[in-house]
Amino acid sequence: MAPSESPLTGPDQGENVLHVEELHKYYQMGENKVHALRGVNLEIKRGEFVAIMGASGSGKSTFMNILGCLDKPSSGRYLLEGTDVAKLDKIQLAGIRNRKIGFVFQGFNLLSRTTALENTELPTLYARIAKEERRERALESLRLVGLAERTDHFPSQLSGGQQQRVAIARALVNRPSILLADEPTGNLDSHTSVEVMEIFQTLNDKGLTIILVTHEADIARFARRSIVFRDGTIRRDEIISNRAVAAEMIKTMPALED
Amino acid sequence: MDFLSTLQIAMRALLRNKTRSILTMLGIIIGVGAVIAMIGIGQGADQTVQKQIATLGSNMLFISSGSGNSGGLRVGNGSTKTLLEPDVAAIARECPAVVAVAPGTQTSAQLVYEGDNWGTRVVGTTPEYFDIRTWPFQSGTSFTRDDVTNAANVAVIGETVRKNLFASTEAVGKKIRIGNLPFLVVGVLVAKGQSAALSEDQDDTIIAPLTTVQKKMTGQPWLRFAMASARSRSSSYAAQQQIQALLRDRHRIRPGQTDDFTVRNLADIADVASEASKVMTVLLGSIGGVSLFVGGLGIMNIMLVSVTERTREIGIRIAIGATEGDVQRQFLIEAIAISLLGGVIGILTGVGASFIISSTAGWPVAVSTTAILIAALVSIAIGVFFGFYPAQKAARLDPIEALRYE
Ligand SMILES: Nc1ncnc2c1ncn2[C@@H]1O[C@H](COP(=O)(O)OP(=O)(O)O)[C@@H](O)[C@H]1O
Ligand SMILES: [Mg+2]
Repeated sequence: MAPSESPLTGPDQGENVLHVEELHKYYQMGENKVHALRGVNLEIKRGEFVAIMGASGSGKSTFMNILGCLDKPSSGRYLLEGTDVAKLDKIQLAGIRNRKIGFVFQGFNLLSRTTALENTELPTLYARIAKEERRERALESLRLVGLAERTDHFPSQLSGGQQQRVAIARALVNRPSILLADEPTGNLDSHTSVEVMEIFQTLNDKGLTIILVTHEADIARFARRSIVFRDGTIRRDEIISNRAVAAEMIKTMPALED
Repeated sequence: MDFLSTLQIAMRALLRNKTRSILTMLGIIIGVGAVIAMIGIGQGADQTVQKQIATLGSNMLFISSGSGNSGGLRVGNGSTKTLLEPDVAAIARECPAVVAVAPGTQTSAQLVYEGDNWGTRVVGTTPEYFDIRTWPFQSGTSFTRDDVTNAANVAVIGETVRKNLFASTEAVGKKIRIGNLPFLVVGVLVAKGQSAALSEDQDDTIIAPLTTVQKKMTGQPWLRFAMASARSRSSSYAAQQQIQALLRDRHRIRPGQTDDFTVRNLADIADVASEASKVMTVLLGSIGGVSLFVGGLGIMNIMLVSVTERTREIGIRIAIGATEGDVQRQFLIEAIAISLLGGVIGILTGVGASFIISSTAGWPVAVSTTAILIAALVSIAIGVFFGFYPAQKAARLDPIEALRYE
């Protein structure tokens, strides 16, 4: 292998889930060139819970899309569990999106006229998992987000918080290494947002690596590490010292009707 | 994604827009239905014509005295007195493509049996006549060569005559009168039915030895016609040429002069008939083909609409791990499902239409399994062909933009 790759196979690098080096992204807008990412360097280890903050247009979504293998950087390196993503073909990338990464969006992005169970099951269809196991995993995932009783509901019959929980269940169903969430609470009220954060904290406590984009400092406080983007680069990267615990906060919040 | 899940998703998408799916299928339904019906009806009609022609006799050639067309004036066949028994003997002797030949004359007469009367056509000929026309007996036998030599008063009757004179009693061995002459019935022919080519009831006839009819009834020593049988269907044209050349020679017709006889070839008539139905099939097949093409364009159109409408769904699927192949297959199967379903409905419609039209026209239905199979395959091919571009368009969508699509 190329010498530049050899350090990554070393023992203490095995902890790295993500390794990003001098990542740049340009968008060509007619004659203008938008420089969305200007040299991002980052390492995220297994089991971390990272909140990415930053003003609108600072490049957070662009970065997440690259991490999620939905987009490719213009230059720089991105290693996912030691694998250089640039070297993978389209089918392998689809496999990574399917099994290594779980993506949660601001707008839920569930299939309408498709039940919660079927929505959750969707990634397992593309993973070519046997039918019985597909069903079982989807049910288990829904149970994990507290929606075991809502399996046959359509998205239109669920509240925003419930829809986002179905989306989280879907992201978890193939047991990914990383959960990427781009403003998952952007469309939710504060109470429901804390409920979603409670799920994230529970998952993280079980060892799941989570990267969460949010522009709300209140939400970022539930993570263990916070990163601030500005103009396409990382401006701050620090450990959150006294992080909030969602489960406790919910107890003190006024109960809302679901 | 496995095939069954893909099919399930496709069927669900189709059921979600039932009206639209059915409207989209309409082009294929009409196209396939038209082709199936046309082939069914065409083949049924063709079989009918061929069968009717076959009842006239296998590889039969019909020689009649007189020209079909003389000096711009249509002259009825049998109008000249130049076709004679030695001509028939010469045909038998000198035309290698001819296996049998029978002379013939014809008149009409009133038949009487125990007070029952029946007017019919009287044919005078030789026993070869029955072989040439491949006309078997339901009872009794033909008259013999000796009967011809002796001008015996014996006769063979057709089914229509039998029905009218004898009803349920046995006809063979009975004495009847033709005009004033007493005749012995020696045989009854099997029913042949209506002839399309001659437009007459072939069974309404009585057949007696040539000499008997010539000497005792018509008093005419010449022949009205002769019938010949060619060695095979493929040699019937050669037989026709040989007879024509021989008779022109015997009748001393100089080059440029019109014949005083006409030789008709049943194989030709049959070929013309099947040629006509072939042209018909091709013509109507093209109409069906155009409908199918338009139907295919309809599918392509609706699939493109569907891809646009479901842009976000496609984005979601790609984001959670669908490959380009998965997405392409999903839309391709949807297109194939529409067109195959349309094809199946079209086949049923077409078969139904052929049954209705055939029964109204009195033809047998010829529903061809080959045509049905081809129609089904063509439907699938249309789905693949016209679904390919929309499916590819779906598969190549940029997931980020697709997810942003409202
Ligand atoms: N597809 C695109 N084409 C052109 N410019 C884009 C595109 N996507 C993002 N940008 C630009 O890149 C910059 C970063 O955008 P984004 O990553 O969405 O920021 P954030 O998520 O932090 O709000 C913005 O200036 C945005 O306008
Ligand atoms: Mg954003």
